[in-house]
Amino acid sequence: MAVLVNSETRVICQGITGSAGAFHSEQMLAYGTKFVGGVTPGKGGQRFKDSVPIFDTVAEAVRETGATASVIFVPPPFAADAILEGIDAGLQLVVPITEGVPVADMVKVWRVLQGSKTRMIGPNCPGIITPGQCKIGIMPGHIHMPGRVGVVSRSGTLTYEAVGQLTTLGLGQSTCIGIGGDPIVGTRHIDALQLFNEDPDTDVVIMIGEIGGSSEEEACAWAKQHMKKPVVGFIAGATAPPGRRMGHAGAIISGGKGTAEEKYRAMEDAGITICRSPADMGRTVKDLLRAA
Amino acid sequence: MKIHEFQAKQLLAAHKVPLLQGGAATSSAQAVEVARGLPGPIWVVKSQIHAGGRGKGRFKEDVSAEVLAGVIEGTPQPGKGGVRIAKSLEDVGAAAQDMLGKTLVTKQTGIDGTRVNTIFVEAGCDIARELYLGVLLDRANGRDVIMASAEGGTEIEEVAAEHPEKILKVHVDPVVGLSAYQARQIAFFLGMSGKQVNACVKFVQSLYKAYQAFDCSMVEINPLVVTKADEVIALDCKMTFDDNALFRQPQVVQMRDISEEDPTEVRASEYDLSYVKLDGTIGCMVNGAGLAMATMDIIKFHGAEPANFLDVGGGATKEKVTAAFKIITADPNVKGILVNIFGGIMKCDTIAAGVLAAVTEIGLQVPLVVRLEGTNVELGKKMLVESGLNVIPADNMADAAQKIVAAVAAKEA
Repeated sequence: MAVLVNSETRVICQGITGSAGAFHSEQMLAYGTKFVGGVTPGKGGQRFKDSVPIFDTVAEAVRETGATASVIFVPPPFAADAILEGIDAGLQLVVPITEGVPVADMVKVWRVLQGSKTRMIGPNCPGIITPGQCKIGIMPGHIHMPGRVGVVSRSGTLTYEAVGQLTTLGLGQSTCIGIGGDPIVGTRHIDALQLFNEDPDTDVVIMIGEIGGSSEEEACAWAKQHMKKPVVGFIAGATAPPGRRMGHAGAIISGGKGTAEEKYRAMEDAGITICRSPADMGRTVKDLLRAA
Repeated sequence: MKIHEFQAKQLLAAHKVPLLQGGAATSSAQAVEVARGLPGPIWVVKSQIHAGGRGKGRFKEDVSAEVLAGVIEGTPQPGKGGVRIAKSLEDVGAAAQDMLGKTLVTKQTGIDGTRVNTIFVEAGCDIARELYLGVLLDRANGRDVIMASAEGGTEIEEVAAEHPEKILKVHVDPVVGLSAYQARQIAFFLGMSGKQVNACVKFVQSLYKAYQAFDCSMVEINPLVVTKADEVIALDCKMTFDDNALFRQPQVVQMRDISEEDPTEVRASEYDLSYVKLDGTIGCMVNGAGLAMATMDIIKFHGAEPANFLDVGGGATKEKVTAAFKIITADPNVKGILVNIFGGIMKCDTIAAGVLAAVTEIGLQVPLVVRLEGTNVELGKKMLVESGLNVIPADNMADAAQKIVAAVAAKEA
């Protein structure tokens, strides 16, 4: 059944009437996601595309539609509030796509997430997709293919690159999780590895990291002891200079920490098969499966 | 975003963080005026640039290339630095005169150095001890952390690497806030006694208030000093800010000093492009930060060096593509350009049109390889081939990197 989302997942969109929210809601509907509603305060009672009901609050949307997951397209100043509303309404999964949420806001959200029953993916992420079943986010659905490779990545288009390579080689994906490029994200590499490890529909995992922070090292330390499945690893930013933010708020080598080399070393130490060219991500997975 | 020391101190003062009296000046006369209003008989005259290591830095106009190389390496060098002690008003004026308009090279500026446009004149004080205090986000557990060390004056990274036990880390629960007992822990760890303890507690509390109020990504007080009169004072201050929060920090945004930033990066930011200049020869234009870094990496993997990081954003438009092209080609080191767009939902014919419009408008002196992926990819490639322009299409990332490296090598040969 893949991880976190499947054909049973009932999805709403917070910020459905904004331009990005509306565009991607339509794409999710077209993909076949069980898309049951939207939330825009003040527009409750209206309908999106003459079919999907819009509500004023997330609580109401959950009550009326049985929604279990929400994708959030609310602008940065209000994104944290939208996430908190989703957690308070008891959603199992909230996926804020929004880029540019202040870190101080996420510190508070992170605190509220602890002990709640909600999992957050993002912010500043492409979302999550279980090919053929459920797409929650902004990734192009057509490049994916149902299969048995788990994908976890901090990036958007680099994830599409990896997925594109896999699909071209005939390797489908169980679930692809774009965890986001911010310093604080709800789901980290370690969480994704744990989920894929327990998932009977995943045979192998590709883990894509980038410079900055220690999410990859943390995952490697866990994988060394517990990971039962083969993992392929790539780290973006081997050529990035220290002290400079490379696009993503979290992609910065600070105080000599968070370099690609350090992360590659942690991967090798954990028995992860590393791949140093981003053009070889798919092929490395294929070779590993053939050898297994 | 970064600001100058004197600006950071203005922000700290707003939250009653204890400081020495001082003021900024942009001329020697003004510096003397500022000094006249401060208690003597000792003043400190400090160059204001965004980089650290100013005291050990040397001015490009004053010293030899060997000395500058030594500064970058971090070895002690002869000559005068960017921070000076003055024992008379005349000394203040002379120090300001000597530093203003010159180029200061420090361990952090790189060999090009930074021009000093402003100096900060501050009252002197009797220092008993120099300590370290910093506030930043601990990404691993999602909380702010206050770091304290009795090893003031040295870089905290060095202390962390060699003597991690000499650093106390106190995490702040965002719901409860910083508790007084945590501030006391810091005071006692730093060896405070008597009335120093309360002074230190107040200092830590007001510093954390300022950190939160201005959405800082880091505040570093190095050194934090204890004076012979038992006061606890911020002698130097470095502050950086969370760019994502600048929308609600108008006071901070006003402090931006564009002369401290790379002009090309400033221009890129005006078009909402994320650009970082590097030292290589292959310019790249990519959509998405992760793919942009990976594109730099694959250029290196195939034997060349990237000239820049450039993310045109998830939804690259024709206008953005044109602006990005102009920025890349303005770098004289660029000998070839690699465009790598994974469009996904975006239509490749739109991207191709943007690339062609840019090339038509500004011309093309160097080889250009374009790799497109996404909806309408065949149409996009066809447009590039049929344009008659010298655009080399590529099928995938490896193909693209090999083609641009080969094309540049062929042209150089």
